[in-house]
Amino acid sequence: MDFILQPLNLVTFFPLVGVLILLFLKKEQKNAARWIAMVVSLATFGISLWVLAQFNAADPNLQMEVKAIWFSFGEWDIMYALGIDGMSILLVLLTTFLTPISILSTWTAVEDRVRDFMLFFLLLEIGMVGVFLAQDLFLFYVFWEFTLVPMYFLIGIWGGDQRMYAAIKFFLYTMAGSILMLLAILWLGNTQGTFYVPDLVAMGGIPDSIQTWLFFAFAAAFAIKVPMWPLHSWLPDAHVQAPTAGSVILAGVLLKMGTYGFLRFNIPLFPQAAKEWAWLMALLAVIGILYGALVSYWQKDVKKLVAYSSVSHLGFVMLGLFALNSTGIQGGILQMVNHGISTGALFLIIGMIYERRHTREFDEFGGLWKVMPVYAVLTLIVALSSMGLPGLNGFVGEFTILLGAWGAGQTPVLGSVLYAGFAAAGVILAAVYILYMFGKMFLGPLTNPKNETLKDLNLREIVTLVPLLVLIFWIGLYPKPFFDLMAPAVENLVAILGL
Amino acid sequence: MLLSETTTTGFFQLVPWIVFFPAIGLLINTFMPLVMKALKREWGEPAVAITGVTASGLALVVSVLQFISLRAAHGHEQVVGVADWLNIGSFNIPWEFRVDTLSVTMMLVVSGVGTLIHLYSVGYMHYDVRYKGDPKSYARFFVYLNLFIAMMMILVSGNSYLMLFVGWEGVGLCSFLLIGFWYTKNPDATDGTKNSYAAKKAFIANRVGDFGFLMAMFITFWHFGTLSFSEIFPEVAHYSGPDGLIWWIAGFMLLGVTGKSAQIPLYVWLPDAMAGPTPVSALIHAATMVTAGVYLVARSAPVFNAVEGVHVLVALVGAATALFAATIAVGQYDIKKVLAYSTVSQLGFMVAAVGMGAYVAGMFHLVTHAFFKALLFLASGSVILAVERGHHPLEETGDAKHTGHDSHHDDHDAHHEVFDPQDMRNMGGLRKRIPWTFWTYMAGTLALAGIFPFAGFWSKDEILLDASHFEGTALVYIFLVIAAIFTAFYMGRQVWMVFFGEPRHHAAEEAKESPWTVLVPLVVLAVLSVLGGFMNWPFKEGLEPHAFGHWLDYTFAVSTGHEGHFPEFDFGVAIQSTILAVAAIIGSWLLYGRKPLKAGQTDPLAKALGPIFKGMNAKWWVDELYQAVILTPYEKLAKFLSQTIDWNFWHDWFHEKGIRDNFQRLARFLADPVDLGFIDRISHWLAQGAQGSGGWLSKLQTGYVRNYALAVFTGVVAILGYLILLR
Repeated sequence: MDFILQPLNLVTFFPLVGVLILLFLKKEQKNAARWIAMVVSLATFGISLWVLAQFNAADPNLQMEVKAIWFSFGEWDIMYALGIDGMSILLVLLTTFLTPISILSTWTAVEDRVRDFMLFFLLLEIGMVGVFLAQDLFLFYVFWEFTLVPMYFLIGIWGGDQRMYAAIKFFLYTMAGSILMLLAILWLGNTQGTFYVPDLVAMGGIPDSIQTWLFFAFAAAFAIKVPMWPLHSWLPDAHVQAPTAGSVILAGVLLKMGTYGFLRFNIPLFPQAAKEWAWLMALLAVIGILYGALVSYWQKDVKKLVAYSSVSHLGFVMLGLFALNSTGIQGGILQMVNHGISTGALFLIIGMIYERRHTREFDEFGGLWKVMPVYAVLTLIVALSSMGLPGLNGFVGEFTILLGAWGAGQTPVLGSVLYAGFAAAGVILAAVYILYMFGKMFLGPLTNPKNETLKDLNLREIVTLVPLLVLIFWIGLYPKPFFDLMAPAVENLVAILGL
Repeated sequence: MLLSETTTTGFFQLVPWIVFFPAIGLLINTFMPLVMKALKREWGEPAVAITGVTASGLALVVSVLQFISLRAAHGHEQVVGVADWLNIGSFNIPWEFRVDTLSVTMMLVVSGVGTLIHLYSVGYMHYDVRYKGDPKSYARFFVYLNLFIAMMMILVSGNSYLMLFVGWEGVGLCSFLLIGFWYTKNPDATDGTKNSYAAKKAFIANRVGDFGFLMAMFITFWHFGTLSFSEIFPEVAHYSGPDGLIWWIAGFMLLGVTGKSAQIPLYVWLPDAMAGPTPVSALIHAATMVTAGVYLVARSAPVFNAVEGVHVLVALVGAATALFAATIAVGQYDIKKVLAYSTVSQLGFMVAAVGMGAYVAGMFHLVTHAFFKALLFLASGSVILAVERGHHPLEETGDAKHTGHDSHHDDHDAHHEVFDPQDMRNMGGLRKRIPWTFWTYMAGTLALAGIFPFAGFWSKDEILLDASHFEGTALVYIFLVIAAIFTAFYMGRQVWMVFFGEPRHHAAEEAKESPWTVLVPLVVLAVLSVLGGFMNWPFKEGLEPHAFGHWLDYTFAVSTGHEGHFPEFDFGVAIQSTILAVAAIIGSWLLYGRKPLKAGQTDPLAKALGPIFKGMNAKWWVDELYQAVILTPYEKLAKFLSQTIDWNFWHDWFHEKGIRDNFQRLARFLADPVDLGFIDRISHWLAQGAQGSGGWLSKLQTGYVRNYALAVFTGVVAILGYLILLR
């Protein structure tokens, strides 16, 4: 019993309680299903806050570790090992924070098979938290692949017109990358004799030539997930077809699993390769920033625009991580959180108008400010956060990333400040597509008669957005607590790199 | 004495309230409509107005207290910390306010002119929201205006480049919001007059400048290890590294300046910004926000002084802008467009001044310009209001009872589409109809034209004096003198066209004077425009000599390491520029005053200058040039990347055709010839043996994709186990 009540076990598997209860519900008990999912996910969020309370920010090492032998064969032990440190705690909190918000957003949007929907959603939460906590490569892989399944159903059952196509593409595309990672994991276990990550990091000693292979094998899985340019082709399909809550989680958390993977595995396990190939990762990141921003600008569908903007935003994260200095990496981690908040909020916002009008085409809108002023103002704040207005969260992340990248440009890591320079130009392009989006939807005269009777946000919808807005301002004005959480762990990581 | 000094210097701790008061004001006004709804009162205009004006007024009070304290402290700068902000490793930037003579000067201008304009808006917007048929927008306007004051205060009082940047982009946002305030207006216009387009244009042009600012910050940080003014400036003074670095910092900063302060090449957003309500044009796009670039250069004086050659570049950009914009102003018919290009031109004077290192002269002109240009814009607003009222009388229905006018706007537009209340060709003879507006307008005009003893005379003269001594290049002086001539000319042209002669439209005939809330700020600003120049009295006799210069020198002497020298008043320069200005005004009288324009008559200058006038009128086609060279290619590139590359090639061709279709082909091959032809026969035999379990097998083929997916997942786990067991 003690083992089960370990904080990290609880935060990972508590949603299972909800799953079990949901199994006993009848299909017609829609509201019951909603409330159960809501309460359970809120409780999980509470548990994650409890974890935060016990977390010692000054300690760079893994904390609250849970370790047991899961199964073994031969001389290998596959460990059930969970642990949390400064690099993962924010992402765990982000996951448990976004899940109840997403569930709240489905209150009226999902009417079909509510019980199953909630069931998959809670299963998804288990997988995501597990990914961020797993400290054994094998366990990590299981969680990693496991997240695909509920997401596959969320898109495939509750998605748009082409949901099956998008779901299969999402599944196959991400799994293709994972296979390579699996091979690398097996190779590591075979040669190093363990799958336990802290041991693998401490041992080091992987020859440089092999590091490169392993680095790219892991990178294949993560880069598709991020998605890094040019492996982003699954993203617009998945996002456009996914239901709102699915999009929120997809953008908010699932993409972060990719960037987190780079941070947790690629950099500390293969430091030589990371240093050697930082230029390539940074180059792809910068291309992604500019390409994503340009392509966003030409979208006719607002959800697609936001989907492509993720390519641009995640480019910033990758650039920060592969600056390989403390500033860049901290900025990168914070920007993962920021993107989860801002883009999550944007998808919620899009869902709200979609629920009213059942379209997302820009041409259908215009002048919405007149009829939905509250909606307009909240959207404006989120949009400004997304384009990095100082005083809001996005700026803090982008600025620290660019600052870090500029610093890395003056060292052999990146070797040129042009990466940071071109990435900074992305700040201009972001203004172009964000203002285009906002202008198309809210400004100008109200020309479409279908929009004249639109109702402004109701209380539930406002409540869905307010927590995100609070964080947008909080991180923008006072990000110190967030940086304090991750700083020691990141310094530790940078020390491994020995730069 | 000591006691009183400690008490008066004690006000420094209050400095954060210059931001907090407006912030509180905007929060209250944000929720005011809700409160009013709960109290069953409509719009609650007085409550909104009192909150907004008070918030700005309290910021003014705090600014004055800072002034008092700073005087008592003999101009010694103070840094007041509020909270931590960003600290990552060695990078540490707190929220910190800097109180020195430069920042206090800006605070006083921003909150002083700002409060007057808040007051003006109380009356002006009362009418404007009704003419536009949207009385609900009244509160929204004051929310934005308070937000602007808060952001501008952050800009001028921050103790680091990063905090300055928060204000810098923050005011850019306010500018966007306020230009687009009537976001439904002019939807079909393709040029800058479409309000939402003008708003976007301003934001994006500013972002280009902000990019420069960011780059300057990166270089600064990685070289000096900090972004705090208190730490950078002492180091820059002793800087001995490569010149190139400071060049880059200054150069990128200049890009930021050209964005915010509307200089070549990024000035194009400012004229379009006049689509915003007139108080906004006065406050943001004339008096305060656009001078932020000038402030930035003055603030960064040590950086710009640290390297040779930057001065010439900045001064040339300013002088060229001053001249270029002045030529365009000559050819405009819209009363606000003339003032807008005049603002670009005057900002050029300031940038040229601070570029030459004449920081005091630049700041002096910034202050006087804030007075007279705010005055001119507000007065032009009063003119527009008067004409609009003459054209379309608005029934007075008291404060709270005003309803049922939502359709008013549409009628108004539909019936009188052709009438433009801002077109000077529709005016004429307004002198007698709106005398208060006329006389205050005259004060502003004479100040702008640089006529003795109005404020603009003194400050412009100082700039010209410095330019005449400037060692970098003589072009700066030449450009500025010519620009000054143009200035006097276009202002003369405007005054003759608007106020003299006979009305050219029934609207001008019926024009009525504005209410007192509109007129009081005009009078105050007119007084300041007349007397404002005396604050930097250039003679040894009479008033305190160079009072403003000595005041600012507390800051500049510390930051640049040497005391400012204040050049003696030069009668040669002063008389020459006065003669030229008067000559230009006489010239404008010959063309527009002697024989006033008749309705429908072409501009006499158009006849005289022909294609040159056409160029001036068409703003030298710069907007068209940018459209062709930047915007259209950008859109084409975006379209190409998104449609051709990303979708048609990468998504459809490569992934769908390339990967998926070939995979299917392979699968079909395996399924038909291989599987059916060969394996099936074997399994047929097997199946016959397993008939008992046939029912179970058929369940596998349920046709539900989720089952297949589950099968895939199980498969993965199986493969996994297989690989591990085999090692």
